[in-house]
Amino acid sequence: MIWNETFECMGRDELHLIQSSRLRETVERVYANSPFYRRKMQELSITPEDIQTVEDLVKLPFTVKTDLRDNYPFGLFSAPMSEIVRLHASSGTTGKPIVAGYTRKDLNTWSEILARTFTAGGCGKSDIFHIAFGYGLFTGGLGAHSGAERIGASVIPISTGNTEKQIQLMTDFGSTVLCCTPSYALYLAETIEKMGVKDKLRLRTGFFGAEPWTEAMRTEIQNKLGIKAYDIYGLTEVMGPGVSYNCSEQNGMHINEDMFIPEIIDPKTLKPVAQGEIGELVFTTIYKEGMPVLRYRTKDLTRLVYEPCPCGRSFVRMEKIKGRSDDMLIIRGVNVFPTQVESVLLEFPEVAPHYHIFVDRVNNTDTFEIHVEMRPECFSDNLSRVLDLSKRITHRLQSVLGIGPVLKLVEPNSIQRTTGKSVHVTDLRKVY
Amino acid sequence: MNIIKQLSVFLENRYGRLTELTTALGQAHINLSAFNIAESSDFGIMRMVVSDPFEARRVLLEKGFAVSLSDVLCLQIDNQPGELSKVLGLFSDQGITVEYMYAFAVGEHANIIICPDKLDVCVKVLEDHHKTILDASHVETF
Ligand SMILES: [Zn+2]
Repeated sequence: MIWNETFECMGRDELHLIQSSRLRETVERVYANSPFYRRKMQELSITPEDIQTVEDLVKLPFTVKTDLRDNYPFGLFSAPMSEIVRLHASSGTTGKPIVAGYTRKDLNTWSEILARTFTAGGCGKSDIFHIAFGYGLFTGGLGAHSGAERIGASVIPISTGNTEKQIQLMTDFGSTVLCCTPSYALYLAETIEKMGVKDKLRLRTGFFGAEPWTEAMRTEIQNKLGIKAYDIYGLTEVMGPGVSYNCSEQNGMHINEDMFIPEIIDPKTLKPVAQGEIGELVFTTIYKEGMPVLRYRTKDLTRLVYEPCPCGRSFVRMEKIKGRSDDMLIIRGVNVFPTQVESVLLEFPEVAPHYHIFVDRVNNTDTFEIHVEMRPECFSDNLSRVLDLSKRITHRLQSVLGIGPVLKLVEPNSIQRTTGKSVHVTDLRKVY
Repeated sequence: MNIIKQLSVFLENRYGRLTELTTALGQAHINLSAFNIAESSDFGIMRMVVSDPFEARRVLLEKGFAVSLSDVLCLQIDNQPGELSKVLGLFSDQGITVEYMYAFAVGEHANIIICPDKLDVCVKVLEDHHKTILDASHVETF
């Protein structure tokens, strides 16, 4: 099912025209109303006249998270407070939060993209939505809420917490759709199993987002809850959930390109990558009034898929987020992301996904070594079999990363266990 | 069948690791009857015939080693020129490949630990030709 066929299935040429015209309006708006963007554009010696089509996007300045922090709370707004009808904020782990302001038209846009999302997942007015995203400053709850209301569904604004009560209401009300984070969905599934009420549930669909999740998690959620699980992507700085969404193919997320123009850039050179390559996802909002952003760097790594989707939508698809650009390593000129290494290791049941990357520079050449733990139960007495395993993993890493590491199999539990980012890497090069 | 459960351990080429392994076995009162080490540049595989392979595996898994048990044979032949060649001739006649073996000779006998690709065929061939296959208890006392 398609909510808005006019836009979602629009020909690419027509879409390009609309994007260009909306981009012009946005640039004029921010130049006239946001001192921050006017100054940034002046620094690059450009004026709104320089931006005529989507191709001119590359002339515009980037926006990063610290720009929002430095101009806390309302410094990037392009509408007067009298026009702002809603405020949301994302709680950063450090320092000040990121604040977003929405005009009435922005809220309408937001519920539109969520209506597209839910319709793409086969939901409609006879569905009962159990919305277990947090309500409040976080965009998840109220965002999903508005979309579910817009398609005419019955909405249960349950928010987070009190899991057993949630499950009780889910069975009593006959909820058919679940919206929450993927990790909470798994927790719900476990609790449902413990309470032994799975057969009383009427759930058939779920929309999950607000944190990265893997295809393996999707399979687990689908099996445990007996539903189809759809991806929903977004971020407060750009709009909130609904920037992109899965269709029934569950193969990449269609970006609402009439509202947001995506780019994929190399996070080091900031130049666009070749079509289809992995890089950092960048968004320019072209239909927002309250807080439009120009070329906002999400730090999320993915690739764009331009091949037509069997569902009939013409919007480009982005693949699941593959990692964060903050974690990127450049080894012998090749961009390497620890998450790529992890995803390769997950393909080999003989090794644990515990690894450590060592990078050094010897005689002006980068060395690249990866230590991987054997699984205690998957080890073989046959030397050539173990050597063959090591060779197969190395080949696979080479083809995924584009650069061949030296792979070293190590004993179980010999790699330090820590949580948090960048703990998988020791970079001994003194080049920065 | 006189199949022997051989214990194999993954060893990083790391200083003192072999000492840790043998200490762990010693403390658990597990005796080593025979062993061999296959090595590559980064790691080695130590294969052992021990007094209690299942207990040895438990002890080593607990100590964080990667361990596996596999089936091997212990063949006893006369300590005479040409004896080994006769047995290997039987294997090649039957299309049996030896993945690895290790051996030692003392006095009138030579004992050979063999890991063939087709274990049951191998046992049958040896039995048909009246060769001596030692069971685990005999290996312990060689
Ligand atoms: Zn599609």
